[in-house]
Amino acid sequence: MNFVIPSFIPAIPEIVLLTLTSLLLIADTIWSKRSEFATYYATQLILLVVGYLVLTSFSTSQILTFDGSFVRDAFGDVLKLVIVVVSMGIFLFSKEYLLQNKFYRGEYFTLGLFGVLGMFVMVSAYNLITMYLGLEIMSLALYAMVAMRKDNQHALEAAMKYFVLGALATGMLLYGFSMIYGATGSIQFDEMAQIIASGNVDNVVLSFGVVFIVIGLAFKLGAVPFHMWVPDVYHGAPTAVTLYIGTAPKIAAFAMLYRILVEGLPGLVEDWQSLIVMISVLSLIVGAVITLVQENLKRLLAYSGIGHIGFILLGIIAANPDGYSAAMFYTIVYSITALAGFGMIVALARTNNEFDLVADFKGMNKRNPWLALMMLFVMFSMAGIPPFVGFYAKVVVIEEVVQAGFTWLAVLAVFMAVISAFYYLRVVKVMYFDEPEDDTKIEPVSNQLNWAVSFVSIALLVLGLMPSSLITLCYNSL
Amino acid sequence: MIALSDYLIFGAILFTVSMAGIFLNRKNVIVLLMSIELLLLAVNTNLVAFSYFLNDVTGQIFVFFILTVAAAEAAIGLAIIVLVFRNRKSINVDDLGSMKG
Repeated sequence: MNFVIPSFIPAIPEIVLLTLTSLLLIADTIWSKRSEFATYYATQLILLVVGYLVLTSFSTSQILTFDGSFVRDAFGDVLKLVIVVVSMGIFLFSKEYLLQNKFYRGEYFTLGLFGVLGMFVMVSAYNLITMYLGLEIMSLALYAMVAMRKDNQHALEAAMKYFVLGALATGMLLYGFSMIYGATGSIQFDEMAQIIASGNVDNVVLSFGVVFIVIGLAFKLGAVPFHMWVPDVYHGAPTAVTLYIGTAPKIAAFAMLYRILVEGLPGLVEDWQSLIVMISVLSLIVGAVITLVQENLKRLLAYSGIGHIGFILLGIIAANPDGYSAAMFYTIVYSITALAGFGMIVALARTNNEFDLVADFKGMNKRNPWLALMMLFVMFSMAGIPPFVGFYAKVVVIEEVVQAGFTWLAVLAVFMAVISAFYYLRVVKVMYFDEPEDDTKIEPVSNQLNWAVSFVSIALLVLGLMPSSLITLCYNSL
Repeated sequence: MIALSDYLIFGAILFTVSMAGIFLNRKNVIVLLMSIELLLLAVNTNLVAFSYFLNDVTGQIFVFFILTVAAAEAAIGLAIIVLVFRNRKSINVDDLGSMKG
């Protein structure tokens, strides 16, 4: 029995992130008394450093380390870069909101960084244990973040629901993992795939495991019929935390789905494809229909997010590398769009006014024409109206699903996209054609946020005018 | 000799009990936490049984990880319950339903 020291080089970004975050956790207790924003700036700096490390060590071929439990490849590196960029945006938007609502604490940033670490591990996981640990590092940080507003009843209720259903989902996923382990005798994704391909396995146990895994993944993604927690958590959590939950973790959840189903269980594609078709159809329908009656913008975006998950799953259903790339492109686009949408609410929220009702946006055009235009960009991109990037995301996904032979699914998806355009356009109508309740000018909390909101929203237009580079990046990384 | 299927049935029973505990329970949030622990124990039973019958130690290592993370998870869950109790003076599941739609 000899022990070989694994190569630590591929995991340098994660190791640096973990070390710096742990140091920040200690430093924060000293800094917080002297300088208010030291932790915030340190957080952004850490993310910059980690992003730089991922970028310089960008790997175009697959590198395995830690005895095959950790992988570096182009797919993971692209997603990690997006996670870093999106989380920098999240922290930028959140700072003012936390100050306004009197719960500005260093923990928000340190927990957020631990969440980012969890997402990194999920993206790079190559066996079931690493995947489970990454998922838990992320989830435990998120549960605590939702409960950060200790005096807010809605936030605590949301935290409780999120915790119970999140733990339930993890349990389901693990039950599936145990079945897969039992049938294949391995927990590493490539070995699992090989053993299943050799056909020397018990198919009943395997399909049983696949069902539980898909249920667990659907819970984590927030796909119907396992979406009950999504609207309540998005609504109840402080908007800064909703912003976090609704953006970056979606990317990690997509990576988890890809690694487990596509890299680990490609031999069982018939089993999981039919399940995902069902989940996707239900998500598309619920995401389009139930959203119609929502008056709270956070709830509206939560239900619309369920619909977007339905679209992401369409790319997975295609079950070929082009389809996965299309789904990856959709995920990236969705996380940026959601960042812009929730960022708008965060930027406009004041003490005692969450600014999260559709009615709050009445007559926005008269109160602040520029912000109304930016919100219009976000809504058009979510609805999938050209030339915004949301349009291209829908186009590539639907194209792939048609080519895979699921024409009826594509027709349904387009139909649901048309229905969902109604509520996005309703927000636009409220902003431009309704009379404001008070004519006072409304500005984002700080000038910096004004710039941030404008930047992210205009990015949706610019990416929509020049989508080819991002699409090519996604297609080349798989 | 106890066969592999016996362990799996035992695991499935634990799994069912915990599911029933989560979905039928309308009284106490602590019971939810207990049910979640039971769910993880069902998984652990499966893993250990498979590990023994496959003659492969990986499953037992997995169990150690699950046990450790479950402890951390319980800590966070209890912390949230304490906060809920401070705010509402009750930890009834039925009281946790103020958001609708």
